[in-house]
Amino acid sequence: MRTIPAQTIVDKVAEMCIAANRELPADVLQAFKTQQAAEENPAAKEIFRQLIENAELSRETGLPLCQDCGLAVFFVEMGEDVRVEGMSLREAVNAGMVKGYKEGYLRKSSCDPFTRKNTGDNGPAIIHFDIVPGDKLKIWMMAKGGGSENMSRVMMFPPAAGWKGLREFIIKRIAEAGPNPCPPVLVGIGIGGNFELAAINSKKALLRDIDDTHPDPEVAKLEEEVLSAINKLNIGPMGLGGKTTCLAVKIATAPCHLASLPLAVNVQCHSARHKEVVL
Amino acid sequence: MAEYTLNTPLTDADIEQLRSGDVVYITGTIYTGRDAAHKRLTDTLDKGDPLPFDLKGALIYYVGPSPAPPGRPIGSAGPTTSYRMDTYAPRLHGLGLKGTIGKGRRSPEVREAMNATKSAYFGATGGAGALLSQAIKAAKVIAYEDLGPEAIRELTVEKFPLLVINDCHGGELYTTPDLEKALAG
Ligand code: SF4
Repeated sequence: MRTIPAQTIVDKVAEMCIAANRELPADVLQAFKTQQAAEENPAAKEIFRQLIENAELSRETGLPLCQDCGLAVFFVEMGEDVRVEGMSLREAVNAGMVKGYKEGYLRKSSCDPFTRKNTGDNGPAIIHFDIVPGDKLKIWMMAKGGGSENMSRVMMFPPAAGWKGLREFIIKRIAEAGPNPCPPVLVGIGIGGNFELAAINSKKALLRDIDDTHPDPEVAKLEEEVLSAINKLNIGPMGLGGKTTCLAVKIATAPCHLASLPLAVNVQCHSARHKEVVL
Repeated sequence: MAEYTLNTPLTDADIEQLRSGDVVYITGTIYTGRDAAHKRLTDTLDKGDPLPFDLKGALIYYVGPSPAPPGRPIGSAGPTTSYRMDTYAPRLHGLGLKGTIGKGRRSPEVREAMNATKSAYFGATGGAGALLSQAIKAAKVIAYEDLGPEAIRELTVEKFPLLVINDCHGGELYTTPDLEKALAG
């Protein structure tokens, strides 16, 4: 049994929340630069220029990359041989998030669904726990904005729809979203599992690096296929036209009921903020 | 594609010269307002009470900024998605509002209202909140403080960079997605 003091988790989580909101992941920044060079449309080039400058400015000044610092979403993998001392793991993650959003001058966006009254501390954090073998605690943090999240969908298909049906749904969803979710987007796709697992997988898939190739070559091929199809939509950066509507498509699959074919499409804006820590 | 520098409040003539795709730098005062603030503005109008700011020639920026760190007038301040304000916008345009600033497509009703009232819809780069905040020189909450990030703020801006998405002549800058080509693969 390994013991981790809750305070260590609180501090680490707070740091992650602040850093995620100020530092665009290196792979995303690199993708901006590569795509800026590839674009022929001057408006698309200009948007990339602004996004690159924005990322530099955020790093220098400590201002968040985007004013929508998102709901804080966590994926936690807790080793079976780990014990957290001082608070429950959930309390520790949540307290760290509240601390980070306060001390980092990050916007609090969480509110009551009916009265729309702001909870004031961006809480409660949305946490997905997983118990795994070992004595490590791994935490991923994602700052997920509302503009892109609103464009996400879950759809339960009949099995006969097949890949053709799924592919069509995904492409149409991104076409309908158009300029709303701050393109260029990244698209996380959950296929299989059930209603809720597809959704969780579609978001978790977004934690992979842009140039990370799916271990299953068949799935990797589908990711490529959808990416290239979406980029033919000519929505372009901020909807002004161009080659880059999407930077990456990441698929996560799971076995499903023989009567079902669940699909979840999680749309992630270009401000693809996430961090991970292993304790 | 032309470039203009405009001072607030905006006039009919200011708007009439603009075409989709033009770059506009705004200097002067703009007001922030998003979902909850729009609901309150509408309730205020329904009651027949005066609004917290003068709509005539005004620009509303759909933004909920992040908190201002010490030494800065405002935090990160990029646009939010505009369609959520579509139900409220035509009425405000009818009362003198000259423009809105946001990101994403507007409804046909809003586009019609803008044509009828000589108003425009401007896009700011979504997600470029740190960059856009550099053009904001001062910020003051003037109404609905309890709404936190959604409170109405009066912003003093200098050369705030915008792109005309919808002009008052029916022009639209966003591309229509090439769905057939994409589906064909
Ligand atoms: S969609 Fe993303 S980049 Fe755009 S405003 Fe929302 S969080 Fe920011």
